[in-house]
Amino acid sequence: MPQPTSHSARYLHAFQGLLLRDLYVLRRELLPFVIRICMNPLLFLFVFTYIMPHMSAGANPTTALASSSGGFGTVILPGLMAVAIMFSGIAAVALPLAQEFGVTREIDDRVMCPLPVSFVALEKIFFSAMQSVLAAIVVFPLAYYIPTVPVQVHVTSWLFLIAVVALASLTAGALGLVIGTSVKPQQIGLIFGVVIMPITFLGCVYYPWAGLKYIPWLKYFVLINPIVYMSEGLRASLTPTLPSMPHVAILIMLTVSLVILSAVGIRGFKHRVIG
Amino acid sequence: MIVDIQKLAKVYQGKEQVVAVDGIDLSVNEGKLFGLLGPNGAGKTTTISICTTRALPTSGRVSIAGVDVVAHPAIARRSMGVVPQYNTLDRACTIYENIYFHCLYFGFSPAEARGRTNALLQQFHLSERVKAYPAQLSGGLAQRVQIARAIAHRPKVLFLDEPSAGLDPQSRIAMWDAVRNLRHEGITVVLTTHYMEEADELCDRVAIIDHGKILVQDSPAALKNSAGAETLYALDLRNTAEAEQLANRVREMNGISSVEVTADGIRVFAKNMDGLLSSLVQEAHAYGLRDLRITEPSLETVFIRLTGRELRE
Repeated sequence: MPQPTSHSARYLHAFQGLLLRDLYVLRRELLPFVIRICMNPLLFLFVFTYIMPHMSAGANPTTALASSSGGFGTVILPGLMAVAIMFSGIAAVALPLAQEFGVTREIDDRVMCPLPVSFVALEKIFFSAMQSVLAAIVVFPLAYYIPTVPVQVHVTSWLFLIAVVALASLTAGALGLVIGTSVKPQQIGLIFGVVIMPITFLGCVYYPWAGLKYIPWLKYFVLINPIVYMSEGLRASLTPTLPSMPHVAILIMLTVSLVILSAVGIRGFKHRVIG
Repeated sequence: MIVDIQKLAKVYQGKEQVVAVDGIDLSVNEGKLFGLLGPNGAGKTTTISICTTRALPTSGRVSIAGVDVVAHPAIARRSMGVVPQYNTLDRACTIYENIYFHCLYFGFSPAEARGRTNALLQQFHLSERVKAYPAQLSGGLAQRVQIARAIAHRPKVLFLDEPSAGLDPQSRIAMWDAVRNLRHEGITVVLTTHYMEEADELCDRVAIIDHGKILVQDSPAALKNSAGAETLYALDLRNTAEAEQLANRVREMNGISSVEVTADGIRVFAKNMDGLLSSLVQEAHAYGLRDLRITEPSLETVFIRLTGRELRE
């Protein structure tokens, strides 16, 4: 058997093996993956930035926002990317984990890797983050071609954008881990109603956070929602014509969300695999 | 000592406290085929789970190939292969990929992993099914793939938890052959079972476990001798109220080692000798003998001797 010199080299091998396995399985299911990450932004953009503007102004709830700042497309481009990132985390981690823990126990072989169990959980977060990045990138061409009013995008700091996408993607994976390890497989359907819908609709996806200034209680209440920082972070880095939270606050809060969710998720993972 | 278990205990806290493992000491020498024999719920699976780092002990110590499984689980896992009771094959991967990726997890290069996978598929007669998915396999085949995968990284010890549970007799015999062949590779095997035939047939050494405690451990032959190589006659009576009376009469017969009263009648341990059976039947006839079971000297009789219960009760 090959004998790498240090524990960390061995851990790295095992981690690479796990990642390679996940990529391999994903490659086999490429078409469903592409459909999954395209469908939501495609339909959303089509309805709200293509169909609605073609209707009469009175029936169009997005007119007010659209008239101010380059179309509703500009408002929801960052929001849709945030949703894509978040949803990939759920689809890549929470759904498979719920099944593997509850029904098949097939995660056992990966848990038996010569690697601390927490790293197996970290691999899940990392792999999910890779999918989230892809899902976010896919939104871009869709948001460019579909809306009738051209979307105004301007990247002032690529570094900030990369930091936001990376942190948001990892946070989404960690959120998926928390859900996948804390929910019984038979309840996973309920999660869509109880968790995913509220955090999406109250995640500053369809409106900038500053727009909540007329509803102060909601403005501060939504701050517990990590999706808010994902949307606002992307808004700050992509569509500077719209108001957004301060950059530093976004990075700090995304990091805090990531640390908390990872800690809870890894704890749940260990709890589920070790009796 | 490749597997060393000291004063191992596991207590599940809950509404009711359950002592699954109650102070087990056990050691397995390198290259041996060791069996943990006991009824369901005796603590076998819990013991194996702790040994394989999938459960934490309440107290006690386990080391595998000199590595403490609680302090260094990731390192200890390098020395062990595990086949749990249930099918844990990766459903998203083919048989080939199941073994191949397992090799990668353990630091094989892609070329080494390919070589090892092909060799194992051949060794376990799986070459024709390389592209099959686990869902397409019969229980016996899935079990063979699990064993092949578990030893792919050349562990020193292989743990098999109830390997023949749910297998048809033919698959069980094929599995036994596969396990015996592991000996040629120098792999130590620890298996749990509640089939005494399996422990008798396969193991060099057997520990009988019940209620989380090890009652006795030795080679199957020595265990059977220790029970005096006795045959067990279980006589079920219609008239159980007078079982004690019959027991007293039987005790006075020649060649009888001991007699116990059971819920259905009496249980007689005796040397196998001509004429005993007919005398027993004659004696019991007056008490409404309705059934008679004879168990030749076996690990089953040893277990009954030790616990007063049958293995599969």
